[in-house]
Amino acid sequence: MARLVILGGGIAGQTAALHAKKRLGGSHEVLVVTPNSLWNWIPSNIWVGVGVMQPEQVTFPLAPVYKKTGITYFQAKAVSIHPEGDADNPQPFVTVEHTSHEKKGQRETVTYDYLINATGPKLNFDATPGLGPLHNSQSVCTFDHAAHASKALDELVARMQRGEKKTIVIGTGHGTCTCQGAAFEYLFNVEFVLRQRKVRNNATIIWISNEQELGDFGIGGMHIKRGGYITHSRVFTESLYTERGVKWITRAHVKEVGKDTILYEDLDGNEKTVPFDFAMLLPPFAGVGLKAFDKQGADITTTLFAKSGFMLVDGNYEPKPYEKWLPSDWPNTYQNPKYKNIFAVGIAFAPPHAISKPMINPKGTPIFPAPPRTGMPSGVMARQVAFNVTDMMQGKSTVPTRQASLAKMGAACIASAGSNFWNGTAVSMTMYPIVPDFQTYPDTGRQLRYTSGEIGLAGHWIKHLLHFAFLYKAKANPFWRMVPE
Amino acid sequence: MTEQPQPERQPYEQSFYPAVPTRFTKAMRTNLLWQFFRFVILNIKMLRMVRKH
Ligand SMILES: Cc1cc2nc3c(=O)[nH]c(=O)nc-3n(C[C@H](O)[C@H](O)[C@H](O)COP(=O)(O)OP(=O)(O)OC[C@H]3O[C@@H](n4cnc5c(N)ncnc54)[C@H](O)[C@@H]3O)c2cc1C
Repeated sequence: MARLVILGGGIAGQTAALHAKKRLGGSHEVLVVTPNSLWNWIPSNIWVGVGVMQPEQVTFPLAPVYKKTGITYFQAKAVSIHPEGDADNPQPFVTVEHTSHEKKGQRETVTYDYLINATGPKLNFDATPGLGPLHNSQSVCTFDHAAHASKALDELVARMQRGEKKTIVIGTGHGTCTCQGAAFEYLFNVEFVLRQRKVRNNATIIWISNEQELGDFGIGGMHIKRGGYITHSRVFTESLYTERGVKWITRAHVKEVGKDTILYEDLDGNEKTVPFDFAMLLPPFAGVGLKAFDKQGADITTTLFAKSGFMLVDGNYEPKPYEKWLPSDWPNTYQNPKYKNIFAVGIAFAPPHAISKPMINPKGTPIFPAPPRTGMPSGVMARQVAFNVTDMMQGKSTVPTRQASLAKMGAACIASAGSNFWNGTAVSMTMYPIVPDFQTYPDTGRQLRYTSGEIGLAGHWIKHLLHFAFLYKAKANPFWRMVPE
Repeated sequence: MTEQPQPERQPYEQSFYPAVPTRFTKAMRTNLLWQFFRFVILNIKMLRMVRKH
């Protein structure tokens, strides 16, 4: 009996674990190491952040699901990977540190035959002084951050109800952030809630981000056909911001978040400030800081991980300028080139480079989005990797046969702009491929037939349905495989 | 009824230049019949995207 160990039970890890167990049945073991006892449907955290959902509605306990499906569960965090075993035993293993109440802090080793790293991001609030819920700004990256943000927003609304004028700043908290889509959703949900609570006129709302232009979203934006034109997402995004009375600051690297002032550097190298009463700024992401050691105990972290802390897989990591970037730089199988039994999926794999064009100001500060790895592609790559690994475990193949390159994959994405069954809206986007391919589609980098965007109530209905569908699926309820990634 | 944001469009300001939707366009975004139709279309579009993997 072989053992597949999956590090991280988030969107990618859970998808990989459920598919792998379904295919392997009782013949091989699937073991998940993840520090949380609750699973979180992260996309709905933005609704927790404005108080329209409670943390219990976006989470569920993992243990019963793993028990039901026969997956071994370690409530622990991985600390190091030993792909060659140690001096006494060549069996690869990971060192884990327990996080459950009963075993907190205890360390042990877990051997593996195959390893999937799905540890997602470290929320790197430390990159910017004053950033994050422990300091001066809010976050919606976890459900408890979002609940904290909701409480602060309630207090702000109460003050506005007493006639006070307030400034709200939402966006990215560092020049290298990704996940602009999540901040965009929070921005418009806050704006919507303020209108519902009849205090909108007492609020100045400002967007601040590291995007070159609005509508970049870390994917260089996208072109769609609309009204007889082929139009960049910048046009639609600026339109929405104007319609909803939101001012915007782009090309900004937030340097420091003070008690009531944000200090940022722009692409010209100028330092500027923006005052705030409430700020929700996303942190930049890094790898979770796993270490790696060879059999002699020598540190081989740089063999397994990029400088960012994300795991190296089968991408082309040769540094090259934007003009030389190719779709083929993007990984296909997510297999580590040196240790063929190690894979990384979701946010945990190291992208070969950004998707948006790199911009650096005269002071040398990079101000451009890191590439997003949203839920749908994370799920798709996790499923493909799980299928490849289970084939290899069952002796059906010696190499991974299925591919899931972001340069050959499309994505559907729904960004909420206000949550209400009758008058809520969301932006529904599809794009193909995720990474633009200017060789195949010279004008826009994407196939216009499959690239679209529109805002409306229908998008909100779909986003709400997906909330239930993905929670249903992650709980491995009957027919869970009918819900696509 | 929800409160509407105050129009902030001033000449030569940031918000002076973008296209803004007409009342009709905005109304269609929450028109139940039209949105039900868009709901069906959007689901087809998304399923088409899912099938492409
Ligand atoms: C507020 C917000 C809104 C979003 N909205 C959308 C959306 O609408 N649509 C969309 O497609 N995407 C959205 N995203 C992005 C989406 O959440 C990510 O793409 C997705 O979570 C990535 O999945 P993952 O499994 O790689 O990482 P995660 O889901 O973050 O999972 C990583 C897991 O690894 C665990 N872990 C961490 N360290 C260790 C360790 N040392 N050992 C073991 N386990 C570890 C973590 O606890 C976690 O359970 C949003 C993101 C945010 C923050």
